[in-house]
Amino acid sequence: MKVNVKVNGQNKVFNIEPGDYLLDTLRKENYLSVKKGCDNSSCGVCTVLFDGKPIKSCSLLTAKIEGHEVITVEGIQKEADKLSDYFGAEGADQCGYCTPGMALSVYALKEENSNPSDEEIKEYLTGNLCRCTGYQSQHIAIRNYLEDK
Amino acid sequence: MKINGYQTVKSLEEAYNLLNENKQNAIVAGGAWMRLSSKVIETAIDLSGLELDQIVETKDTFEIGAMATLRQVEKQEGLKELYNGVLSKALSKIMGVPIRNVATIGGSIIGKYSFSDVLTPLVVMNVELEFYKKGIISLEDFLVSKDRSKDILVKVVIKKEEAKAYFHKMQKTGLDFAVVNVAISKKADTFKIAVGARPSLVKFALEAMAFVNGAKEVTEEVILKTADIAGKELKFGTNSKASEEYRRNIAMAYIKRGLREVIK
Amino acid sequence: MKVVKHALPSVDGKGLMMGRPAYTDDLADPNSLIVKVLRSPHAYAKIVKIDTSKAEALEGVEIVLTYKDFDRRPHTRAGQGFPEPSPYDKFVLDQWVRYIGDETACVAAVDEKTAEAALKLIEIEWDILEPILDFETALDNEILIHPEPEIFENFPIGFDPKRNLAAAYSMEVGNVEDSLKECDVVLEAQFYTQAQAHAAMEPHTVNARMDYQNRLVLYTSTQAPFHIRRIVSQSLDFPMSRIRVIKPRVGGGFGGKQHIHGELLVSTVTIKTGKPAKMVYTRKEVFESSFQRHPMRLDIKLGAMKDGTLKAINCHILSDTGAYGEHALTVFMVAGAKVLPLYNKVDSVKFYGDVVYTNHTSAGAYRGYGAIQGNFAIESAIDMLCEKLGADPIEFREKNMMLKDETSPIFAIMGEGTEGTAMNMESCELGYCVSRGQELLKWKEKYPRVELADSKVRGVGMAIAMQGSGIPYIDMASATVKLNDDGFYNLLVGATDIGQGSDTVLAQIAAEALETTLDKIIVYSSDSDLTPFDTGAYASSTTYVSGNAVFKAAMDMKRAIVKEGALALGVKFEDIEYDGVVLKAGDKEITLKALSNRLYYSEDQKQLMITNSYFGTKSPPPFMAGFAEVEIDTETGEIKIVEYVSVVDCGTPINLSLAKGQVEGGIVQGIGMAVYEEVLYTKKGKSINNNFLNYHIPTRKEINKLTTEFAESYEESGPFGAKSVGEIGIDTPPAAIANAVYNAVGVRIQTLPITPEKILAGILANKAKK
Ligand SMILES: Cc1cc2nc3c(=O)[nH]c(=O)nc-3n(C[C@H](O)[C@H](O)[C@H](O)COP(=O)(O)OP(=O)(O)OC[C@H]3O[C@@H](n4cnc5c(N)ncnc54)[C@H](O)[C@@H]3O)c2cc1C
Ligand code: FES
Ligand code: FES
Repeated sequence: MKVNVKVNGQNKVFNIEPGDYLLDTLRKENYLSVKKGCDNSSCGVCTVLFDGKPIKSCSLLTAKIEGHEVITVEGIQKEADKLSDYFGAEGADQCGYCTPGMALSVYALKEENSNPSDEEIKEYLTGNLCRCTGYQSQHIAIRNYLEDK
Repeated sequence: MKINGYQTVKSLEEAYNLLNENKQNAIVAGGAWMRLSSKVIETAIDLSGLELDQIVETKDTFEIGAMATLRQVEKQEGLKELYNGVLSKALSKIMGVPIRNVATIGGSIIGKYSFSDVLTPLVVMNVELEFYKKGIISLEDFLVSKDRSKDILVKVVIKKEEAKAYFHKMQKTGLDFAVVNVAISKKADTFKIAVGARPSLVKFALEAMAFVNGAKEVTEEVILKTADIAGKELKFGTNSKASEEYRRNIAMAYIKRGLREVIK
Repeated sequence: MKVVKHALPSVDGKGLMMGRPAYTDDLADPNSLIVKVLRSPHAYAKIVKIDTSKAEALEGVEIVLTYKDFDRRPHTRAGQGFPEPSPYDKFVLDQWVRYIGDETACVAAVDEKTAEAALKLIEIEWDILEPILDFETALDNEILIHPEPEIFENFPIGFDPKRNLAAAYSMEVGNVEDSLKECDVVLEAQFYTQAQAHAAMEPHTVNARMDYQNRLVLYTSTQAPFHIRRIVSQSLDFPMSRIRVIKPRVGGGFGGKQHIHGELLVSTVTIKTGKPAKMVYTRKEVFESSFQRHPMRLDIKLGAMKDGTLKAINCHILSDTGAYGEHALTVFMVAGAKVLPLYNKVDSVKFYGDVVYTNHTSAGAYRGYGAIQGNFAIESAIDMLCEKLGADPIEFREKNMMLKDETSPIFAIMGEGTEGTAMNMESCELGYCVSRGQELLKWKEKYPRVELADSKVRGVGMAIAMQGSGIPYIDMASATVKLNDDGFYNLLVGATDIGQGSDTVLAQIAAEALETTLDKIIVYSSDSDLTPFDTGAYASSTTYVSGNAVFKAAMDMKRAIVKEGALALGVKFEDIEYDGVVLKAGDKEITLKALSNRLYYSEDQKQLMITNSYFGTKSPPPFMAGFAEVEIDTETGEIKIVEYVSVVDCGTPINLSLAKGQVEGGIVQGIGMAVYEEVLYTKKGKSINNNFLNYHIPTRKEINKLTTEFAESYEESGPFGAKSVGEIGIDTPPAAIANAVYNAVGVRIQTLPITPEKILAGILANKAKK
């Protein structure tokens, strides 16, 4: 089947099977920033924005994106560039595998709540696992980014 | 999971007919949970076009479309205050925001998941389900019903009530399923106590409820006794997450805490 | 120092966050065949008959491989230097399967769906054998897990497959039995540590292609690309000169990617078909079919005098290596070698035990590498001993622990699978770490416990730890520095950046030595064709061993530049003053930029490119003190880690923020092992929690406050004074948290993980006693 979707501002038509999940479709279509970590909705490295909201692309049937908008990190390069400066300053990125998904979650958080409490930040990002950093440096970096320090 | 065909329907009637046309046809709501199963679906029925994702507040109720996401429900103004916000709080404990942006209230109810953090707070509230063909059924009845006929959940209706409530999910990490969850509500002088993830489906602690509802005054002594009765009457089980005994102990501890909180 | 000891951003972080293709799967040929493995459903079985004809007939299937396609050539997947101290007990595919998840057969097809469909069409007749699933019954069991005659050890490691023994070892300094007799107080305690999964976010991934010279090119998520090249060549009998291994960005390793994973099967597919192929482990495969931490039983005896002198340590360990013996001996030895020297003033110390085979997923290298298991047991036992003695656990440690300029006889006796190397602690700020940690946590106000309202109690506990910096007389690293026109450099290293930031740290060392800025060092790592040899990213070796190689190469380059400058300016070498930018001699000067342009375009043309290597002859340990504050709910046993304080002596932290990241990442993995994580099996040996929904690594909600500081310390033998920092962070949490739990509620947990259920059971048992 075919689905029509806007990805990072561009209209696209994807040829898919009814049971395909968005993560696999996106990687096949060369959106390689979207990573696969678990394929069962529990690690967050496949996070993308669906109509502006963060979702795990491995948990959404591609068929459901018909007529909707998807944003990957390729679509928020400026914000990712800026956020990465804050991450760099704190040493909050190690292997980097979790960071594109993280960038999208942080971007969505900022859109939804520009002045979140520490608890709200943690709550919003619980679904984005990181095995390398121990989280605290990421937390500080994200806090600083949101406060535009 | 394997899906052979996909159909976005234009009406509930079309959906209903398609659903009953083939045993292996099924509604996909968020599709998040189905993903983890090994089901084979002949035609996946997508209700996206039917505007079932609206939440409407009326004078006496909140009417939540079955396709509303858990995140929508969690963030809904007004609903966030109802029963001092237990539903919102309970939903916020489910995985992370990205899952709650996909998983729907309808899928969470129809699945009757034993680990559910959605059902436990809902059963202590006053909730009715509106199905396309079967009409209106109370959530309580739905949970115990053995009716396996295929229908479509359209709406979840929560009655506005002056009541206090408590919810607690015992989980090991932020992404864990409940080891046990407990919800308690108090409307006027009537208490409801429900315990889920025992590890089986949520259940009322009926004897404990009868005891506390019969007490003249809910003293600390009554609270301890109520928790004790609940611990005895409810069945708990052992799995890799926890033993039966541990589940019983923490359920009792949180029932005590919940009662103390709702009588405040 | 201008570049070293600063918190500079990593060289790759930005591009990775921006989503640039960089990991193994991102770089696969888009036309790759998809390789999938049929995994054993049985814990122990023999293939009686295998019929692949239906799978082969399926449209889109390119090749099906079974044990019949491989020579019986045993190897080890350990990914260590050659000859490995691990038994050669694995065949690429074998007629026997030894755990649920073991490789049975392999399919390559045009896409994933076809490959998966083909797996289902393979028909196998099994002879199902009774497995050994309890490691305490493995030794001398009548069931033999490795009866095959071809397997062997490279040199004596105690390998005795007729006894299900993958390795064994013993050593004694003094006479422990006699010493214990003389002690006023003897403590005996038994501890168990569990299997832990590495859980790196990137699943194990490999892709292969034949290039235009008909050479096999592998991209793989590995920690040891040069070992991978050697093992692929060895086990497939394919000339090493025709193999190129490229390690792209790797999404975390923690030891898990030191081993061979899909490389042998994917290489075989590509060699046999000539077509590009790739394999991405599913998360289930990562859990079930890669590696995990060795579970251990540790029996400890400590003897001390009333005055608080520790006299004797007796440590017996039984370790479970699972189905194959990767790292069996060495992980086991490190449990002693990198823990026991902490208490170097004892009269006698004995360390001995066995590493046994079972029909579980193989254990292998994992950050901490035995030290975390040993640390949990010894550092818990020390607190238990202190209680018996009525001694303060911190004063006791201060009195008995290793200090600067001291040594331990163990260094000379125990190496990694071989004899060790004697060394003095030329840098050791353990004393400072212990006292500073107390200040940071406000230990004196909080020890042992503070009762809060609502049935909550807080308690504090601590532990000390050491690790190593590479493996002396084994680890070798090398680096090449190349000067380019315009005056910037390429730094080519075999060292393997797996996310720990070694590219950045090594570039900083080069920049500091060359007196330039980080942007002038273009670092390229781990490509077996292009970069010089390095043993790989393990054993906490990169900063110290590879860093020393970089330092030497960079210093050589600086001398070469000065020599060329002298030639250009027509002066003597000694007369040149050089600050990394301008070469001056009296009133003559030339910039590096001008000099390099001269070298490549105008006069005295030549390429300046210098390689140097470092071969470690010692392994200076980093040290740390870890302090935990926990909050226990006495009605439910729930535990919250309120704060974790780490004070670390890693010599000079080359990059302050990356070093902190190593410590904190290690602490949180250690907290995971202490409290949340455990690989669980059914009675039949099937993994129960083979995904992140049921295997719980810490999320950010569990992490409340991490306080991390570094002691001022300088290791003469390290690059700019550095020692290692990659593993030390993981060692202390299990013991420090166990001690804190005990101090809070009087419950001593000796079997990891420290779950709420165990804590509550302890609280209830204590109540019942009263
Ligand atoms: C990784 C993960 C972790 C989770 N953890 C938790 C947790 O900790 N606690 C918790 O409470 N929940 C948890 N959930 C479950 C989640 O909250 C949802 O309940 C679940 O995803 C189902 O919602 P869905 O929209 O995805 O339904 P789907 O998967 O689309 O559907 C579920 C079932 O309901 C049927 N169905 C859906 N909508 C209708 C309808 N309108 N009419 C009739 N039938 C319908 C479908 O046919 C299907 O059989 C988790 C889910 C995932 C994926
Ligand atoms: S790959 Fe989607 S959540 Fe892990
Ligand atoms: S940086 Fe490696 S998983 Fe987050």
